Amino acid sequence: MSGVIQGATGPWEMVIGLEVHAQVSSASKLFSGAATAFGAAPNTQVSLVDAAMPGMLPVINKVCVEQAVRTGLGLKAKINLRSVFDRKNYFYPDLPQGYQISQYLQPVVGAGTLVLDMEDGTSREIGITRLHLEQDAGKSVHDMHPDRTYVDLNRSGVALMEIVSEPDLRSPEEAGAYLRKMRSILRYLGTCDGNMEEGSMRADVNVSVRRPGADYGTRCEIKNVNSVRFVQQAIEVEARRQVDVLEDGGEILQETRLFDSRKNETRSMRSKEEAHDYRYFPDPDLLPLEFEQAWVDEIAASLPELPDDRKARFIDELGLSPYDAGVLVAEKEVADYFETVAGGRDAKVAANWITGDLFGALNKAGLEIASAPVAAKDLGALIDLIADDTISGRIAKGVFDAMFKTGRPPGEIVEEKGLRQVTDSGAIEAIVDTVLEANQHKVEEYRGGKEKLLGFFVGQVMKQSQGKANPKIVNDLLKQKLGNPGA
Amino acid sequence: MSLGLTEFTLAEARDKLRAREVSAQELAEAHLSAIGSAKALNAFVVETAERARADAARSDARLAKGEGGILEGIPVAMKDLFCTEGVVSTAGSHILDGFRPTYESTVSANMWREGAVMLGKTNMDEFAMGSSNETSHYGPVRNPWRADGDNRDLVPGGSSGGSAAAVAAALCLGATGTDTGGSIRQPAAFTGTVGLKPTYGRCSRWGIVAFASSLDQAGPMTRSVRDSAIMLRAMAGYDQKDSTSVDVAVPDYEAALDRSVKGLRIGIPTEYRVDGTPAEIAALWDQGIAWLKDAGAEIVEVSLPHTKYALPAYYIVAPAEASSNLARYDGVRYGFREDRDDLTEMYEATRAAGFGAEVKRRILIGTYVLSAGYYDAYYLQAQKVRTLIAEDFKNAWDRVDALLTPTTPEAAFGIGEKSDDPVAMYLNDILTVPANMAGLPAMSVPAGLSARGLPLGLQVVGRAFDEETVLQVGRTLERAAGFDHRPTPWWRDQP
Amino acid sequence: MSLDKATVARIARLARISLPEQDLEPMAAELSGILTWIEQLGEVDTDGVAPMTSVVGHALHHREDKVTDGDRRDDVLANAPESTDGYFVVPKVVE
Ligand SMILES: [Mg+2]
Ligand SMILES: [Zn+2]
Repeated sequence: MSGVIQGATGPWEMVIGLEVHAQVSSASKLFSGAATAFGAAPNTQVSLVDAAMPGMLPVINKVCVEQAVRTGLGLKAKINLRSVFDRKNYFYPDLPQGYQISQYLQPVVGAGTLVLDMEDGTSREIGITRLHLEQDAGKSVHDMHPDRTYVDLNRSGVALMEIVSEPDLRSPEEAGAYLRKMRSILRYLGTCDGNMEEGSMRADVNVSVRRPGADYGTRCEIKNVNSVRFVQQAIEVEARRQVDVLEDGGEILQETRLFDSRKNETRSMRSKEEAHDYRYFPDPDLLPLEFEQAWVDEIAASLPELPDDRKARFIDELGLSPYDAGVLVAEKEVADYFETVAGGRDAKVAANWITGDLFGALNKAGLEIASAPVAAKDLGALIDLIADDTISGRIAKGVFDAMFKTGRPPGEIVEEKGLRQVTDSGAIEAIVDTVLEANQHKVEEYRGGKEKLLGFFVGQVMKQSQGKANPKIVNDLLKQKLGNPGA
Repeated sequence: MSLGLTEFTLAEARDKLRAREVSAQELAEAHLSAIGSAKALNAFVVETAERARADAARSDARLAKGEGGILEGIPVAMKDLFCTEGVVSTAGSHILDGFRPTYESTVSANMWREGAVMLGKTNMDEFAMGSSNETSHYGPVRNPWRADGDNRDLVPGGSSGGSAAAVAAALCLGATGTDTGGSIRQPAAFTGTVGLKPTYGRCSRWGIVAFASSLDQAGPMTRSVRDSAIMLRAMAGYDQKDSTSVDVAVPDYEAALDRSVKGLRIGIPTEYRVDGTPAEIAALWDQGIAWLKDAGAEIVEVSLPHTKYALPAYYIVAPAEASSNLARYDGVRYGFREDRDDLTEMYEATRAAGFGAEVKRRILIGTYVLSAGYYDAYYLQAQKVRTLIAEDFKNAWDRVDALLTPTTPEAAFGIGEKSDDPVAMYLNDILTVPANMAGLPAMSVPAGLSARGLPLGLQVVGRAFDEETVLQVGRTLERAAGFDHRPTPWWRDQP
Repeated sequence: MSLDKATVARIARLARISLPEQDLEPMAAELSGILTWIEQLGEVDTDGVAPMTSVVGHALHHREDKVTDGDRRDDVLANAPESTDGYFVVPKVVE
């Protein structure tokens, strides 16, 4: 996957913009008091407002507005102190009112930016066009009956943030990086759980192709793609489709398309497209949404440290590489874990244990950091045991495996298995003597100049001490007793 | 005997109930039998006799203990636009056939809390779209009034025509109405009753089937100004569930009634003298001016320059909002459905069969003025004109405390007379619509009879949330006019 | 402004109201009549005039983020023309 497609007639560049629909983390809906929890029985989280019963009216949820503002601040965006809710009119069974309450001309959040961290450690700014609040629709279930559609309104009225990017993305990788970064920021802010499996984060993908540097081509919008992988696949196949059309002398018509992950193709949705005219107008059941700058400032003051700042701190203050820092801040939980482990210790060592041994073990076990059997403080303790020569680095690997299996602290394991290093030179000298005794002729060869035999002697001593002898002491004693080779 | 019991005003009945001179149950029975013998008017679409008897018994029990609310034991009728729990609520439309709300509108709930007794739901123009009550799915309401020596049926006005007829024919002591462009005041004028449209935001819209959200407002329809004051107090109040409801205290309106208008400045808007106004309407207006002058008010000519644009602006804003508000009637969650195998066909067939001609006309107009390429020229322009209309009134309030105008350009007309000319029908609201466009309180008071012996009304418009001054001026006109005419009950026991 | 049949058909489709072919012409005439009358609004000079957003000059009031409603499936489905297993049911939607 790359942003440039080599066509028969030359190279084509992908131009991609994303509209992310992120479900606002809130207990109740945007305009009603019904719950938002995922997975409830059909129509059990529906108020009379959500079902659009005659005479029902919307009343806005203050926390949803606050979450939108917080997200806007997290995206370094302009916050609009006055915004307007409009009605977007169209008919669909999972849209009970016959209109979606959204924000069209005057969104609550204006232009902002998001920093992309690329695999190679470089980074790039992507423009955010706007963020607005709107109602989610219900769910239409088409596979429960051969010729009927079933409608569940539990999602109807749940608050969404639609976050629109500029067409600044140039490859499926960048689109993936954008989505991962957006999810990371939303999770740091606590404004959306970013769970794509449960549909709390979906993306509409706008794709067009052009000759490198030329003007934008006609774009197609691929609706409701619900995983990072699918977004990347959809971009790939859609861009190729457009190139094929253009190279066959055809033209792209602006339309909404659907991504079929099984067939790995995009398909036109003209049926739904038909004569769209949303007739937006300000919702007369609501007044304009207005708030004070002071309130925005309060929210700004309560923002947590976000991934970009945290990454910079890890690099500047802890001396991590941009790559390691990037990996560690992506998930807030990982970054927190790392900071506990690294506290008062060598940050690079801590980073290596986490990105190496811990991630490896988690991967094998198919676990998330949140459910890691090794507590951060215990991994820290393990690093301390190495630092103060209680155990050797090699022993430590085994101790870590035991910690991961049992969840027990390293100290217990070291004591129980008697893994402490032997630093008593008397004890080690005894072993050294028996080893030299048993290998007289090798001693001669060494003294005769076969220097590399030192390693052999060390190995033998370590073997007999079950790896517990302090390597430095072993070396010193051996050199002392063997004398200078070739002397 | 039972006849006498329906002749009281709401205020008189209240006093007799509290004095235990009559019982709520007697009152209820008297009105139920009056309703039973007035089928010819077609004023009710649902009668709730059992409910009325139960409510009345409850009220008698409270009154016996010296307890009870503002409307304790008072038999009232509810416009069918109000959703009433467990009682079919159809907004006069086929598309809401059999709809039984599982909830109670805030305004009706307020009235039950104050002890009102529910007689039934009154007929109305479909979705409150009409000025003659001829667009109801349940057939037209007949005006209790007939012209002298002429027994042709007249319209009661609309859209609250059933409520107006019920009050005029003494089938209830008061009825609720809603007013989007004159739907309380115009029928009140046509039936010789008192109709008050409060300030937008004074009564909650929660649970009232929406027509045009930025204009709809509920209000009382009664036989006297005092009754109006009493009933409004019970209906009004801030409601958390309506974002456009305003949190201002509800005063004791009745206390304002006996204030003198001496020193009040009453504005006479020049632009309301629309050409073609019948002489008798102009004469009535002059009479009203004279009455207020005699009562010590100062009369001031004022100009509301954008008046003539209020009605065309209204016929953009109201249909636009209605086209969106009525999108929910799609045969999916309630009401009537015309079955089809294809979803879109189901929608189109359901809405084609479920909505009447006038409602479809307005939905189509509203859809058109909001559609791509026309929004700015129509909807946006109309909302700007609306701002100018509101400013006209603001300027007037620097010089006057209330405005006096006729309520309608003419008296009640015949059923069928205007059905085939929409614009002619719309022109009926030309004097009432401006108050809706500006959200101001306005009231129609019966002030005299036309040459043909039909009631005519005068309209008083006041500042936002100053219903008290409106009632005070209305009471003064009522006292001066001494309007005590009643229609002769030709309808009794007619089919 | 006079509407043609095609426009009326398009609007009716947007509004999901089926209009039989023979009704298009008369409806077009009716709507044109109303629109022509409405168009006197064009005379008004509204340069620099803000469109009305609300006649009540007060701020939008908020709800606290509390679960106070929902969990009333029977109320929600009580009036449904067709429902099964707690769902509303409609003719198959072809995607
Ligand atoms: Mg979108
Ligand atoms: Zn959206």
